[in-house]
Amino acid sequence: MELFLHQVLAGLATGGIYACLALAVVMIYQAIDNFNFAQGEMAMFSTFIAWQLLQWGMPFWAAALAAGVVAFAGGVAIERIVFKPIRTASPLSHVVAFIALFAILNSTAGFIWDFNVKTFPSPFGSRPLLGSGLISTHDAGMIVVTVALLAFLYGFFRYTRIGLAMRAAAAHPASAQLVGIRVGWMMALGWGMAAAIGAVAGMMIAPVVFLEPNMMLGILLYGFAGAVVGGLSSPGGAVAGGFAVGVIENLAGTFVPFVGRELKLTIALVLIVGVLMIRPSGLFGRTVVSRV
Amino acid sequence: MLLEVQNLRAFYGQTQALHGIDFGLDVGGVTTLLGANGAGKTTTLRALCGMLRTSGDIRFEGRPLNGRATEDIVRLGIAHVPEGRGTFTHLTVEENLRLGAITRRDHAAIAADMERVYAIFPRLHERNDQQAGTLSGGEQQMLAIGRALMLRPKLLLLDEPSFGLAPLLVQELFEILRRINRDTGVAMLIVEQNVTLALDLAQHAYLLETGRIVIDAPSQKIREDETVRRSYLGY
Repeated sequence: MELFLHQVLAGLATGGIYACLALAVVMIYQAIDNFNFAQGEMAMFSTFIAWQLLQWGMPFWAAALAAGVVAFAGGVAIERIVFKPIRTASPLSHVVAFIALFAILNSTAGFIWDFNVKTFPSPFGSRPLLGSGLISTHDAGMIVVTVALLAFLYGFFRYTRIGLAMRAAAAHPASAQLVGIRVGWMMALGWGMAAAIGAVAGMMIAPVVFLEPNMMLGILLYGFAGAVVGGLSSPGGAVAGGFAVGVIENLAGTFVPFVGRELKLTIALVLIVGVLMIRPSGLFGRTVVSRV
Repeated sequence: MLLEVQNLRAFYGQTQALHGIDFGLDVGGVTTLLGANGAGKTTTLRALCGMLRTSGDIRFEGRPLNGRATEDIVRLGIAHVPEGRGTFTHLTVEENLRLGAITRRDHAAIAADMERVYAIFPRLHERNDQQAGTLSGGEQQMLAIGRALMLRPKLLLLDEPSFGLAPLLVQELFEILRRINRDTGVAMLIVEQNVTLALDLAQHAYLLETGRIVIDAPSQKIREDETVRRSYLGY
């Protein structure tokens, strides 16, 4: 029982990271109808920036905040420079741009910081929380940070004027323009926020998976799984999906004998394929019917 | 003059849809655009809002609109109720109305305007926390007009407000439009298939034929001119 509880809590901790990435993916998906394959690399790059600032002697939270701000600005810049010019292009052009972005960020990070694995400090330490042995302070910190972030985002989209404008712009761009919303800037803002959310996820998971240019590959796959499980049309669903994927992954890795560590990543793919077969719009998604 | 249009041409890609039209709208006046399908009525509204490639001169309160982005034109005080109503289907009725006032900052006045819209359309008040996509066609049309009013526009562009509504509801809707025009003094440009109602409401009418204005006259005159009615309006 204790092992079970331990694994559920650890699963929630990593699940929070998947939830953040899933949410970032869904935010961009709702704006441009496409998966941002480079979401993980953007997070990785931001984490490297935080690491560099730490190396230069900045205190942790200052470095984290600075990395978040840089990530936000970078996200806005990517939308303005890369995706604004191809907004009306075919989905395939977007996919190619995502892959290019992926490769550029990945190799630039490798070029600047090399491919050796680095440690990234946890601001919470890694002792057992309250000596209970159930969960480490870092895992607990991860849960708190992601839940706080998600609560903030919920409040932002639900109750603020600009959050409402962003939701309207993503769902009905033409109507949004007719009420005076600057749709282009709302999209850029969405990219900036998605990038900043990714940065938080990257910095939280880096102490666990260690820092290197390919660190987010598996994590993003879980994030995609979370997004698909919850439903790409539902930010709340994506978050729930992320947490669920984290827990399922951990439990399966522990209790299903043949899964172990090696087959853990396969679970994400099984989940994606399984959900797409049974409920293509995800567990919480709306079915979109479009007239052709 | 609230709006002055000279030699307006509009294009869908390579295809020219308006061939140089001239017209004007008075402050607080109601004007209707008549014509058969494909004559260029919707195109004219879209051209005014910067949703198409255009040439020619459009002036709103003396300021040129050409080359401005749609959202900037809206911010000058032109509210467009588009074909299909442009409802934000998955947001609530109240959120839809709040979006109408999204460019405004005067919170107290926005709250007052919201009450005013609810007073005009009590049905919207009853359903204020319902998803807008679940409303009936008539309710969505009311919501679209309410949303447009939330901008406190100087000019209201209405594209087929009667579309898809039951005849009784259409009568009621036009009565409401008349009252809104009288109470708020907002000018209106209405594209409408229901010629009788449109001519009743509007003081002035333009008749479009394949992208050109062929008749420019007070509504009264068109109503009385049997030849025009027979040959162009079909009644």
